[in-house]
Amino acid sequence: MLKVEGVSGGYGGALVLRDLSFQALPGEVTCIMGRNGVGKTTLLRAIMGQVRVTKGAIALDRRDLSSLPAHQVPLQGVGYVPQGRRLFGPLTVAENLEIGLMTRAKGQATLDRVLQLFPRLQERMDQTASTLSGGEQQMLAIARALCLEPKVLLLDEPTEGLQPSMIAAIREVVVGLKASGVAIVLVEQRVEAVLGMADRVAFMDHGHVAETVPRDGLTAVSSQFKHYVGV
Amino acid sequence: MAFGPYLLLALMEGLVKAAVLALTAVGLSLVFGVMRVVNVAHGAFFMLGAVLAYTVAQYIPGPAALGWLAALVIAPMIVAAIAAAADTLVLKRLNYDPEATIVATIGLLYILEQAALSFFGPDARPVEAPFTLRLQLPWFGFSGYKLFVILAAIAILLAVWWFMTRTRAGLVMRATQVDRQTARAFGIDVDRVYAGVFALGAALAAIAAVLLVPISQSHYLMGGDPLLLSFIVVIIGGLGSLRGTVVAALIIGISDGVISMFYSPTLAKIIATAAVAMVLVFRPQGLFGARA
Repeated sequence: MLKVEGVSGGYGGALVLRDLSFQALPGEVTCIMGRNGVGKTTLLRAIMGQVRVTKGAIALDRRDLSSLPAHQVPLQGVGYVPQGRRLFGPLTVAENLEIGLMTRAKGQATLDRVLQLFPRLQERMDQTASTLSGGEQQMLAIARALCLEPKVLLLDEPTEGLQPSMIAAIREVVVGLKASGVAIVLVEQRVEAVLGMADRVAFMDHGHVAETVPRDGLTAVSSQFKHYVGV
Repeated sequence: MAFGPYLLLALMEGLVKAAVLALTAVGLSLVFGVMRVVNVAHGAFFMLGAVLAYTVAQYIPGPAALGWLAALVIAPMIVAAIAAAADTLVLKRLNYDPEATIVATIGLLYILEQAALSFFGPDARPVEAPFTLRLQLPWFGFSGYKLFVILAAIAILLAVWWFMTRTRAGLVMRATQVDRQTARAFGIDVDRVYAGVFALGAALAAIAAVLLVPISQSHYLMGGDPLLLSFIVVIIGGLGSLRGTVVAALIIGISDGVISMFYSPTLAKIIATAAVAMVLVFRPQGLFGARA
């Protein structure tokens, strides 16, 4: 279980996260929603050790992550699909996946499993990542993170700018990962995507989680969407 | 001598310069490409390689080849260790800030030069070539060692290319070059990568110097020209592009050799510097660099 407890932090002197708490359970999708600038991406980056945490604790299965250097966080089992994908553009698909596999002892078996989820990448192994279509790039970004065999997967707006068929494919992968026991933290702005994947939705406001609502308690016209997201 | 053979001799001399320059500049390019650090101390690492080559060769008894071979192994290792220490003690603490690291490497340049002056003295000193072989062409004779320098540089450059494109360490370096933040998110210890790259870049400069000293001399101020020419080559080739660096080294090295022989070395440097200015105006990304 990923537990974020009373975390404050930000960039330089600017405090973006303020006493933020939430948790992500294995086999569940926890969606983080909120208006632009409330700190959703900063929260994911804080979990990854890329943003300075000044107060509070981040723990995965009771192991403290916030005191670790950034490069050791993924080794604890945290996979990250950043906003905008941030692939290693000049590297090939195979090389991007190899970077993801570096922390794993059983590399080939992991790679085979990941490529079963994204068979289209199998055909593009020697192609440079920057020449893939937007949807294929997002698939590669997720596949690269899955190569870490994560216990927790952080997805930052994975459906942004994608066509419906690609969104459906990503949703299918997320549902499959959830069934395999991975805890998924999904930052998402689109209500229909959230309602289709989430088990719980954490609404962020002013740098902290203001309200957490189970999926069953939400519909497309729920007041929380209007209040916290503005849709 | 007739014009044809004279030109051939100039081209061969130019190729020797290009070979040494390519090795030196690839080290500089690697450091800039991966770390985004403009390493002004790169010429000092070159000088240190030459000075250490002389020192090591002096302490190894027996044939000259043995001393030179020992220098080829030991000098780059010592220079690499100094570079890695400088990275960890200075550059890392500056968080690899582009402006701050320029100032820091200028400081490092002076520290290394003054240290070399203190321990090595102000005199230029020769290192004996590992072998003496003269290739007699119909028009002139040419040093067999110079030919060896060209072949050795080609072999080392191919090894660097293989390392960067075919090994896991090379892949890690290329990934870090693209995006260090994302590299960290996949377990890559960027600080270690940077220390390794800085050491590798310095070692390449030192290897180039060890190759050069038998046909030149070691001196505590000898790093200036290689630094200037390396910057010229790296800018013309495209910042961070190894292929561009090698091509530009060939262009600059050969033209430097030819112009130096037919006219003067000063004119060669003026033309090379003018070429950089033209590239910066008309193709700022260099011949093979990616457009920003």
